[in-house]
Amino acid sequence: MTLTRRRVLALTAGAAALPVLQLLPGQAFASPEDVEKQISEFAGGKEPQTGKISLNTPEIAENGNTVPVSIEVDSAMTGDDMVESVMILADGNPLPSVATFHFTALSGTAAATTRMRLAKTQNVIALARMADGSVYMDKKEVKVTIGGCGG
Amino acid sequence: MAATPKPRVKIPKSASAGEVITLKTLISHEMESGQRKDKDGNTIPRKIINKFTCEFNGQTVFACDLDPAISANPYFEFSAKVPESGTFKFTWVDDDGSEYTEEQSIEVS
Amino acid sequence: MKRYSLMAGAAFCLAVTGMAIWTAAADPVDETLEIDGVPMTTRAPAPEGHPFDEVLSGWLFREAETRATQEDTFENPGMIAVEEGAEIWNTVEGSAGKSCASCHDDAAVSMKDVGAHYPKWDADSGKPLNVELRIDKCRVENMGAEAYKFDQPEQKALTAFIKHQSLGTPVELDLSEGDMQTWWDRGKETYYTRTGQLNMACATCHEGAMGHYIRADHLSQGQVNGFPTYRFNTGGLVSLHNRFRGCIRDTRAEFPAAFSDELMALEVYVTWRGTGLSVETPAVRQ
Repeated sequence: MTLTRRRVLALTAGAAALPVLQLLPGQAFASPEDVEKQISEFAGGKEPQTGKISLNTPEIAENGNTVPVSIEVDSAMTGDDMVESVMILADGNPLPSVATFHFTALSGTAAATTRMRLAKTQNVIALARMADGSVYMDKKEVKVTIGGCGG
Repeated sequence: MAATPKPRVKIPKSASAGEVITLKTLISHEMESGQRKDKDGNTIPRKIINKFTCEFNGQTVFACDLDPAISANPYFEFSAKVPESGTFKFTWVDDDGSEYTEEQSIEVS
Repeated sequence: MKRYSLMAGAAFCLAVTGMAIWTAAADPVDETLEIDGVPMTTRAPAPEGHPFDEVLSGWLFREAETRATQEDTFENPGMIAVEEGAEIWNTVEGSAGKSCASCHDDAAVSMKDVGAHYPKWDADSGKPLNVELRIDKCRVENMGAEAYKFDQPEQKALTAFIKHQSLGTPVELDLSEGDMQTWWDRGKETYYTRTGQLNMACATCHEGAMGHYIRADHLSQGQVNGFPTYRFNTGGLVSLHNRFRGCIRDTRAEFPAAFSDELMALEVYVTWRGTGLSVETPAVRQ
């Protein structure tokens, strides 16, 4: 789906007009420091590089309770060219951690898909730690819409 | 009914040696996040599947640590390289310590 | 249906909402739904007397990831409930010592296509029964078991299991039986009656604003061929009467009881509005 300016305006106008859905009361969201800390712990202090890992999420999630998320890391998955783990973070959730995948030579490819909860529009971050300790990162913003019909 | 999580697994029945196959798993589980409150304002305690593993003939193929941000009825899709005929064992670990397992065999030619 | 007087605030709200609804529109997608490779009818010529030329499945109004989840019965989490329904089918309950299977044997044979023709006239009770009420009738009269409470998980699971036996079969009601036509008329009246503080009828959204957005929801024709439906929102099955009540609640009206004559009439009429669409139970929605 393409998000046109016209549609964004309509969404905003609609949101102001029809506050049917209750937002979660008093929910605290993750701070940028929480997210930084998790990244640095996973990366063992190394600076994540771009490349190798691709994160696939919908641009707009119809419902934040179930958002598909896929990752794939470019790796032969043999010998020294191995992906150890991939961590997924959501920087606007109450807790940023979503999941950490662990791969082995028997995985064949370093690719996985799951479904996650996003509390609001935010960045999803995927980090891959390779067997040699290098770390790669990809990041996507997911817009989480609030529908008009809670029924 | 929702009390006993029910695992579902989908793998090919057969493959050729060294082939990379796709595996899909789904388990019924509410994945109570620990972030929600009941109608009296008390926090509903966290109860999630926190670990999932897939083994082939006793060796780890894929594992995942799950956090409360994983949706209800956790779904995974991942791959495995199958060198020989054997059995996949899938294990889901619940916060209360329960383990739910499922096994499926594959014929490799 | 109880109708509240329209307050000034609600009138303002409706005016703004109206603007929002009619500024954005998007066509339903031009895609074909195949479930495990079997094609479904998601567009069908409308029956005579229908306000639209073509009836469209709600699947066509959903985003790609929602649509994809319904295309594979493994990935569709609603199938968990269908499998639970299969267990219930074979479970003995009640004083007669019977299960559904004791009389109806293999549901894949005995229930094939059955759900596509419900609600159905029931001469005994002098009214149409939907699948839920038909199950209850069997439980009470033949099994010596209690009727299910509305929306108890077993009711949703067994209903979904039975309707799933009609997966792909086009919806078609027999309105010539008994007083079905009278119930259809009554349901039609409800469909077009504005209600609640927001003064909206079913038709306001699902006919007048079909294809437009209400906040971020892409309004469909409000077809019911996929119920009970798995919703990402709740992570479980939502029954049709729950959905009816949710819609009516969203107009800020008092909602009628599930399976009341009013909602049964509405089910007859709304089901007819989807004539020709494949049964998609359990459909996947946001």
